[in-house]
Amino acid sequence: MRVLYAATLAAALFTAGAVPAAAERLVASLSDRHVMITSNYSGVELVLFGSVERDTSSAVHSNPYDIVATVIGPRQTLRTRRKQRVLGIWVNTAARTFVDPPSYLAVLANRPLDSIANAETRRRLQLGIADTPLPELINNDIGEAANDPFRAATVRLLSERGLYGEQANAVTFLTPTLFRAAIRLPAQVPVGDYTVDVKLFADGNVIGHTALLFEIVKVGFEQFVVEAARDHGLLYGLATACMALATGWIASVAFRRD
Amino acid sequence: MRLPAFAGMPGGGARVEGACRSPLARQRIVQIYLPIADIPVNIFLLLAMGLAVGFISGMFGIGGGFLMTPLLIFIGVEPAVAVASVTTHVAASSFSGAIAYWRRRVLDFTLALTLLAGGIVGSAGGVALFTWLRVLDQLDLVIGLSYVTLLTVVGVLMVGESARAIMRSRQGKPVELRRPGSHTWFHGLPLKLRFKRSKVYVSAIPVLAIGFIIGFLGAVMGIGGGFLLVPMLIYLLRVPTMTVIGTSMVLTFLTMVAATVLHAVTNHQVDAVLALILMVGGVTGAQFGAQAAQRIRGEWLRLFLGLLVLAVGMRFAFQLVIRPDDLYSIRLVGGVL
Repeated sequence: MRVLYAATLAAALFTAGAVPAAAERLVASLSDRHVMITSNYSGVELVLFGSVERDTSSAVHSNPYDIVATVIGPRQTLRTRRKQRVLGIWVNTAARTFVDPPSYLAVLANRPLDSIANAETRRRLQLGIADTPLPELINNDIGEAANDPFRAATVRLLSERGLYGEQANAVTFLTPTLFRAAIRLPAQVPVGDYTVDVKLFADGNVIGHTALLFEIVKVGFEQFVVEAARDHGLLYGLATACMALATGWIASVAFRRD
Repeated sequence: MRLPAFAGMPGGGARVEGACRSPLARQRIVQIYLPIADIPVNIFLLLAMGLAVGFISGMFGIGGGFLMTPLLIFIGVEPAVAVASVTTHVAASSFSGAIAYWRRRVLDFTLALTLLAGGIVGSAGGVALFTWLRVLDQLDLVIGLSYVTLLTVVGVLMVGESARAIMRSRQGKPVELRRPGSHTWFHGLPLKLRFKRSKVYVSAIPVLAIGFIIGFLGAVMGIGGGFLLVPMLIYLLRVPTMTVIGTSMVLTFLTMVAATVLHAVTNHQVDAVLALILMVGGVTGAQFGAQAAQRIRGEWLRLFLGLLVLAVGMRFAFQLVIRPDDLYSIRLVGGVL
């Protein structure tokens, strides 16, 4: 985990440094890299903050900097179904399988994406939800369909749960080079590793980027329960059944009236 | 289902941390995170649901699974976790109910064990059909249609019969449920057993068959089957209402204990925390339900249960017929439903 993080950071710094004619360096960090799920967990807000470091060789830009941060959660396979009326009742008649879409996808920016970069750039960088590929399983082949209503429905349903979202005002510049953004993680987010990809734009072009990682983990009692249920199913089942019988017996003793 | 925090955040990034913390802090007092269901829920809501369903289950001698499972799915619990955790809740609820009836000596162990023997065979057959239906990708539809058909038919029959019984007693005629001369054809079957507590003397074959049907439908529809067993014992075997409820409790708790262990071993979806909160409410409610049942006449009890069964059946029917709010739905691949 640590090693992976260091490697990603190093790679990010390397690629950022490799961009010619742009000597800006993007430095970013998160308020927390381990989100613990405990018994009173009900969603959390992480703060992403960073700054753009300039030196004398930095090019002069006519417009202020733009930041786009993309937060991607662990990937899971989803099936989206559509109902249709058949003989008076509503039945699932069509379905699509989405192969490994992000379970969480938040695109945070300081202004609308279409004013930060043009359509070509957005498509090339897969910037924003509309340009993020969500491959489907089509006839044992993996690909994307154009104007797919299933894709639109999937994004809509996940957005309703707070898992997908695009916010054009989430990044705030405190000074022209210092920024912060809030990453809202609703209660239903899946556990696992999350990546935060931060891109720095000037005049419609990427002039730097950096990647950060954080993880959502279950700890303490929650972790104990999950591990017991997963690794010792029989013991867990017997213990749960005994708990049920004990509760039933205690209740009947406690409420005994005769 | 909680509203997404994301969408309702105008200018989310610009907000000061302290300003965001206060609504979360308030929620923390009553919210508890369920480790297997992976969602936080209001602990008092769960307790209230357990209490209400427990009261009904104690009163009528039914497990209450057919009420609790849809309720849990409604508040956002995954169907697979809901079904598995409800079995544990029903085990506790029916066990405390069974003890309450046993103290009053109104349950029939011989009858319960005979039914259980048939039930085990039926469950095995039901699980096989369940697996086959899943392959066809229309399991939820089959479950929905079975719920509608079964609940509506059973509900109508029960309401009709109990209403007639109430009318008869209103007109001053004695309520005669067990008519000595009205032996049906299966009273002539061999392998006769005497179920002393229930004061019936019938062949073991119809008893085993009823157990088989309950086990089969229970496995396919994910229900304990108490609401089917109660009318079957009353109308087919002519067992007195009072004994039926206690006996049904014993059968329910035996099958639900087995189901809990089975669910835990096969799909690891039993949420012990969810089950514990539900059962604390459930066992409490079941006690009051069992006491309330003592004060209500049998035919009225059957009328209420019939109306309840009918109401749930109608709800499933509306769900199938009325255009859903959203034609699309998503599920994680690998889940049960």
